[in-house]
Amino acid sequence: MSAKADTGADRSLREGRKIPYVLAIPAMAFMFVFFIIPLISLLKSSLSTKPDRFKPHYAFTWEWSNYSDAFTRFGGHLLRSFAFAGAATLLCIVVAYPVAYFIAFKMGRWRNVLLGLVMVPFFTSFLLRTLAWQSLLADHGPVLGFVRSVHLGGTLEWLGVLDNGRLLNTPLAVIGGLTYNFLPFMLLPIYVSLEKIDRGLIDAAADLYSPFSATFRKVIMPLSLPGVFAGTLLTFIPATGDFINAQFLGGTNEQRVIGKAVQSQFLNLNDYPSAAGMSFVLMAIITTLVLVYTKFMGTEDLA
Amino acid sequence: MSARTKRAGRRPWGTYVLYCVAGLAFVYLFVPLFRIVQLSFNVQKGKKNTSWNGFTIDNWTNAFKSSNYIDALKESLKVALWACSLATVIGALVAIAITRYKLNGGTFINLMLVIPLTTPEIVMGASLFTLFFNEGVSRGFWTIVIAHTMFCVSFVALTVKARIRGLDWSLEDAASDLGSGPLRTFRKITLPIITPGIAAAFLLSIALSIDDYIITSFVAGGVKTLPRQIFDGEKIELPAQVHVIASMIMFVAIAIILASSIAGNRRKARLG
Repeated sequence: MSAKADTGADRSLREGRKIPYVLAIPAMAFMFVFFIIPLISLLKSSLSTKPDRFKPHYAFTWEWSNYSDAFTRFGGHLLRSFAFAGAATLLCIVVAYPVAYFIAFKMGRWRNVLLGLVMVPFFTSFLLRTLAWQSLLADHGPVLGFVRSVHLGGTLEWLGVLDNGRLLNTPLAVIGGLTYNFLPFMLLPIYVSLEKIDRGLIDAAADLYSPFSATFRKVIMPLSLPGVFAGTLLTFIPATGDFINAQFLGGTNEQRVIGKAVQSQFLNLNDYPSAAGMSFVLMAIITTLVLVYTKFMGTEDLA
Repeated sequence: MSARTKRAGRRPWGTYVLYCVAGLAFVYLFVPLFRIVQLSFNVQKGKKNTSWNGFTIDNWTNAFKSSNYIDALKESLKVALWACSLATVIGALVAIAITRYKLNGGTFINLMLVIPLTTPEIVMGASLFTLFFNEGVSRGFWTIVIAHTMFCVSFVALTVKARIRGLDWSLEDAASDLGSGPLRTFRKITLPIITPGIAAAFLLSIALSIDDYIITSFVAGGVKTLPRQIFDGEKIELPAQVHVIASMIMFVAIAIILASSIAGNRRKARLG
């Protein structure tokens, strides 16, 4: 702090006391009105009763049963969503880490080109990419055609990849789709943290006769954990609420995920109170998991 | 350098495995994109362009033939331009406020920007829906703009913040010491140094806005954006034009990415 005492930051602190607040107000006001107030509105809705024959309106009545309902009626949906998201997040780490390592350490000046290529899927619609997987994995699609032509069907069935000769409409297809769609969100933060590692540390370890496995375990991996941490949050949270992969790649059973349930309660069944209750249960579980995870993995700065 | 060659010499198989895994991962990333390009050259049979029947370039020659999908694309672009312009302005301002100045409540502002990123889209959509429902606001174009602005502000603010964190603000003081007024300093000094970060944030938010389905579905009412049209319409019709337009955007994106990173490499090589 004292080193910075004579630089511009300190002077502007003295001169323009009001300016930063003026700059921050529009965004804060917008977020307050369209993020915080809606959450309060949702909270109120989650404690209301549905209209019935006697009362035509939604009424705020401290109706806690919406919350217990969320667990009893949609507990399965919640579990399924968390299982899909958890499996996809783990797969994302397994796939993204070696690729990020490869780009950061082996690609020299081609790093930026490869990173750019990782971003390319972002420029194609999420839904179209998922529909492309649907057409690839379909019963008469190219992937199963290839499997049949090389006679791997039996082996894959035995491994549990195929379900009665099908790929589409299985839990694995949903997890594969989630992994695919969120892979760049895992890869980029891991890459950033690997890229920042001082190469001198790795060379120093090697010069001191550390085998590569030990260097990786004691130097590279600990220093890349912030990236894994950020990537996990960026993958797991949206994957839990997602229902597009379940909708396009899952069967009727896999489609029963929490996001789909909330959406149809709101838009088709007009049961706002129980849908609001479910949303809060989802948010509470995610917030708890994030807090616990942050406590164990903690880095202070997400961005 | 010696250490690295020594390591590679000791366990080359590890390096080969790494190359294979990375190669397979890139195949995985690009397989559905190839499929979209392939389907854009497909002879479409029936209303859905989903299975391969043969090669044609007809889809490309009348790519913008009017359809529900083209209307929806226009709607999406309109939403994105409004929402992202608004989000970029207020997001960049708040990013400057917390990066450039030391202010009380900086932690609170940061928190307000980060929390939306850790909130599932379904919750944001549901909460905006209840707000509009409770206040009797009819849902349509402007409610979509509001929702998209809301989730883009965080991304813009954090992107701009990351890009301008290391900038040298003393240039501003130098300008004012030399007699430049605040507005002139902003135009001549501040704006040029923060523009690249803001442009990147704007592009990112456009990509997010155009692609959003979940939040939009809650606040759109009868308005069809492209993702809504795809989600609701794909079971009935999915014309090859959709694949053509997606392929076009993808090719342009790849060209820009390759050109800019190769140009970046050249610049670096020239500077030594």
